[in-house]
Amino acid sequence: MSLISEMLSYSFLVRALIGGTLVSLCAALLGVSLVLKRYSMIGDGLSHVSFGALSVAVAFGWSPLGISIPVVTLAAFFLLRITENGRVKSDAAIAMFSAVSLAVGIVVTSLTTGMTTDVSSYMFGSILAMSRADVRLSVLLSVIVLFLYLVCYNKIFAVTFDESFARAAGVRVGFYNVLIAVLTAVTIVLGMRMMGAMLISSLIIFPALTAMRIFQSFRGVVICSGILAVIGFLTGLTVSYMCSIPAGASVVLVDMGIFLIFYLIGFVRQIR
Amino acid sequence: MKAVITCEHADFKYENIDALIDLNLEIFPGDYLCIVGENGSGKSTLVKGLLGLLKPTRGSITIAEDLRQGGIGYLPQQTAAQKDFPATVYEVVLSGTLGHRGNLPFYSGEERRMAEKNMERLGITGLRKRCYRDLSGGQQQRTLIARALCATEQMLILDEPIAGLDPAAIRDFYGLVRELNHKDGITIVMVSHDLANVVTQANRILHLQQRVLYDGPAKEYAQHMAAEEMAGEYT
Repeated sequence: MSLISEMLSYSFLVRALIGGTLVSLCAALLGVSLVLKRYSMIGDGLSHVSFGALSVAVAFGWSPLGISIPVVTLAAFFLLRITENGRVKSDAAIAMFSAVSLAVGIVVTSLTTGMTTDVSSYMFGSILAMSRADVRLSVLLSVIVLFLYLVCYNKIFAVTFDESFARAAGVRVGFYNVLIAVLTAVTIVLGMRMMGAMLISSLIIFPALTAMRIFQSFRGVVICSGILAVIGFLTGLTVSYMCSIPAGASVVLVDMGIFLIFYLIGFVRQIR
Repeated sequence: MKAVITCEHADFKYENIDALIDLNLEIFPGDYLCIVGENGSGKSTLVKGLLGLLKPTRGSITIAEDLRQGGIGYLPQQTAAQKDFPATVYEVVLSGTLGHRGNLPFYSGEERRMAEKNMERLGITGLRKRCYRDLSGGQQQRTLIARALCATEQMLILDEPIAGLDPAAIRDFYGLVRELNHKDGITIVMVSHDLANVVTQANRILHLQQRVLYDGPAKEYAQHMAAEEMAGEYT
């Protein structure tokens, strides 16, 4: 108890707590669709694009979020397009995108400011990175993402489960695919300040994969992964505070632990 | 009788490759039409055209007004993603009603009743809470048919529906489709490789090889093909 009140006395930790919880929740909900559509790597690719955009923004003194949100959204859009047209396979396209963006980020950084703490915090994340304005923006955007997800939930299910049927039934599949991509892009940019470009994609895939070990229905998986994401994030942040380790890494390890527990439960259930 | 779908001199091209050439086809209410042909003969292209997912590069496909409003129920081939998809039978069936929803976000009581009714009709009400991925092939097929029936009562288009089913499930499946066609008067369009069964089930066969090789009663199909083969040997 005293630990929690101690943590809450630091205003930067409170900010990280609010921003991070909301972003984890968004990432987990979107993650269910992305994992099931075999787009797990899109999160990883977009985070690298986001790193590139952020480094450029920092080098030129522009607003980091103002630049990276549109750039990453555009990248998400392109990645989906490439997948649809099928000339370059989507996993190869994502690998290409992320390598090039990382390279651009590194080149721009080394030519201008050099590896500052700012840039390294984008790489590996830092809870100190969240300013008051960042938190406000994160809360606003997360609420929008959550709202749109809820309103489009049934359509998102249909598009995830069976695109061809949904298209034939008159659902605007292209629109919902773009919507998922845009929401993912926004979530990733918001989350990577804290988690870092290297680790943000774990927020997207872990809760969904964990929930799928046990739950049989789509709704169950979505609700469970939302809850797991919040628990995982809060636990991870507490552990990071106690052991003085980077928050991003400790959240990932906590998520991994929860996954193993769920995996075991699922395994035991199956053999019984 | 008035055709519900009419294709007139329809061509489909993919980047200068002709998938279908000069297709003329009329589908009538109550037809049980089976589309056969080798891989790459244009079967899937035709299905996409009938569903309105693909526009002909020349000619036209006209869909009658009442069919366009009622909608077409589609049974696509299974995708790899569906093999481990966590979704209950009820969730899958209910998603069939989405076409009626427009942009409204949530399902109404009427749509839930429709899903219940179609699960009852296909005898899968007992499976409603079961996970789709844990079902047998036959049960999965019934779930998808219930979903398609939620979308429409007029026409079903089935794309290689018996792939991966065991013989008992195949027999069961043909019985079911025949009942939907005879009893409920639902127009059936089926793409299949299963020639042996299809000629006894369907009342009409369409054989494609970029062009229409045969379009007529199923009964005369075997004779026709035998004659063609003979003629082919002599020329």
